[in-house]
Amino acid sequence: MSEQKNGQDYWKANLKLIGFCLTIWFVVSYLFGIILVDQLNAISIGGYQLGFWFAQQGSIYVFVVLIFFYAFRMNKLDRQFDVHEE
Amino acid sequence: MDLKTLTYLVVGATFALYIGIAIWARASSTREFYVAGTGVHPVANGMATAADWMSAASFISMAGLIAFLGYDASVYLMGWTGGYVLLALLLAPYLRKFGKFTVPEFIGDRFYSKGARLVAVICLIVASITYVIGQMKGVGVAFGRFLEVPFEIGVMVGMGIVFVYAVLGGMKGITYTQIAQYCVLIFAYTVPAIFISFNLTGNPVPQIGLGGTMSDGSGVLLLDKLDQVVTDLGFSAYTMQKGSTLNIFLLTLSLMIGTAGLPHVIVRFFTVPKVSDARVSAGWALVFIAILYTTAPAVGAMARLNLMDTIQTGEVGAADGNLVYEERPQWFRNWETTGLLKFEDKNGDGRIQYYNDKDEAFAAKAATYGWEGNEMVKVDRDIMVLANPEIAQLPNWVIALVAAGGLAAALSTAAGLLLAISSAISHDLLKGMIAPNISEKKELLASRIAMAGAIVVAGYLGMNPPGFAAQVVALAFGLAASSLFPALMMGIFNKRMNREGAIVGMLAGLTSTLVYIFWFKGWFFIPGTEMAANSPDNWIMGISPEAFGAVGALINFLAATAVSKVTTAPPEEIQHLVEDIRVPKGAAVAVDH
Repeated sequence: MSEQKNGQDYWKANLKLIGFCLTIWFVVSYLFGIILVDQLNAISIGGYQLGFWFAQQGSIYVFVVLIFFYAFRMNKLDRQFDVHEE
Repeated sequence: MDLKTLTYLVVGATFALYIGIAIWARASSTREFYVAGTGVHPVANGMATAADWMSAASFISMAGLIAFLGYDASVYLMGWTGGYVLLALLLAPYLRKFGKFTVPEFIGDRFYSKGARLVAVICLIVASITYVIGQMKGVGVAFGRFLEVPFEIGVMVGMGIVFVYAVLGGMKGITYTQIAQYCVLIFAYTVPAIFISFNLTGNPVPQIGLGGTMSDGSGVLLLDKLDQVVTDLGFSAYTMQKGSTLNIFLLTLSLMIGTAGLPHVIVRFFTVPKVSDARVSAGWALVFIAILYTTAPAVGAMARLNLMDTIQTGEVGAADGNLVYEERPQWFRNWETTGLLKFEDKNGDGRIQYYNDKDEAFAAKAATYGWEGNEMVKVDRDIMVLANPEIAQLPNWVIALVAAGGLAAALSTAAGLLLAISSAISHDLLKGMIAPNISEKKELLASRIAMAGAIVVAGYLGMNPPGFAAQVVALAFGLAASSLFPALMMGIFNKRMNREGAIVGMLAGLTSTLVYIFWFKGWFFIPGTEMAANSPDNWIMGISPEAFGAVGALINFLAATAVSKVTTAPPEEIQHLVEDIRVPKGAAVAVDH
């Protein structure tokens, strides 16, 4: 029973982490790169208009960081809940 | 040494390398043939995934698309990279834990249904075949342009090379050749970009150069200058949005979930040793992809600027502001002979006028200059990458390298797709449904025969492309987004999802997407059978057929959830299976059959 409970808690923690990561994923691409692009273009960052930068550069960098962040945090969760691989 | 000899040498050397790897990495079991023995290091798998993913279209066409669409091309940049976040978070680790060989196999086992597996096989084969036709065409074109051999011979040489390493080595051979192909293609892509960025902005890093100032002493930002140059000639501003926000949003989403649902990409994550490797390997794949995808916007913008500046040498409207045709540079002449650049002296002044004559206000203004229409009657967007080294006056070996890079991009993607097709035939159809008791040795032989057959079919279709070859992107991504991705995701995240729900959902997503695409592009892409003209006025809420995959996926989710609520829950052992794939523990040794 406790093992089952442990599995459920692990899954809940995982879902929370996924939710957090996908929120950022949505914000940098859909919100900054598409929906708010005109507003953000009023700001400039090193020669780029900010909205344009998110759409063609920034979102991709954030995607890369997100995946490594998720992998790193999941490795910790795996150990914390003792479900890691040998 | 002349360019042609040099190109033969460089391309020949890369081919010899691929074949050498194939002989070294022969597959001796079905595990090696389907999933490279699950022994591929996550970084190596990331590199192979990047080569697998980046096709002839990414290498040759994407920068050209960006050059002419400007901001609106962001959908491809975000769509084809953001999918890896979904893959890493929602699919790859769990499917790796499941530990079988193919994507339809997961769908069949999870939904305890051969019918579901068959639907998945059909989606996989249709999506992959349409996709592979484009790659074979790309091989033929690259050969034709750089080595001046006929298109058909080019396709056959390409088929021969893929045949050697895919049939011999299966996934194992393909993985190691893809790593080599990645190195060739990324080198070929970035070297010209670095030179061009340095020439224009003084900064050798294209990603920074794109946001830099022009090195001509004017102190103007490159992107501002580009906006200025194109709007002066009646084109819309480069950094400005042109399409509708809803359509851009949905197209990006469709490309993302389509990417995550494409079987030839997913199956790459079956090859790593552990679940945690699958997560981090997706990150490495995106690193290697991002190197090209963040360079492409710079290549596109800089190539567009170079092109405009070459033709519009002085002030717009001044008598001597335009390039004299007889004084055009050598690369211009070279690409004219291929027919990809075409000039027509409409006002007979011997100079080239390149402007947007579709913009009525500017066309009227141009008429006062004595311009009688846009004289660059054809500027094929593909030349933006292919002509780049010549425009930047780089040495011949760089041009030869671009040829080898284009071929590497097309061949690596073709091989990945062919493996997905052949394993669906030999493992899902033959072993899974027709002859479950077949021995491993016979299955391995069958998979090699299926691979050979798939290569011949793909080559034939590459030489005789059906009319719909150009529609590949809409179809492949629409299918993957509306049928496979939701089924896989619900299989993992919704324990209550059952056979009935999954099948109804897949069929609903698939049918709605296909009908929407066919409605505007003709039934089975047969010209003349479309029900309404393919224009924004006719689209539902302005959603283009390419962007409909996301809507199809939503229909899939809704239909599946509704049906599963009113039908019986999946059997207990299936619920245990779902619990099991959710935790990494116990996957160190992948489950064999």
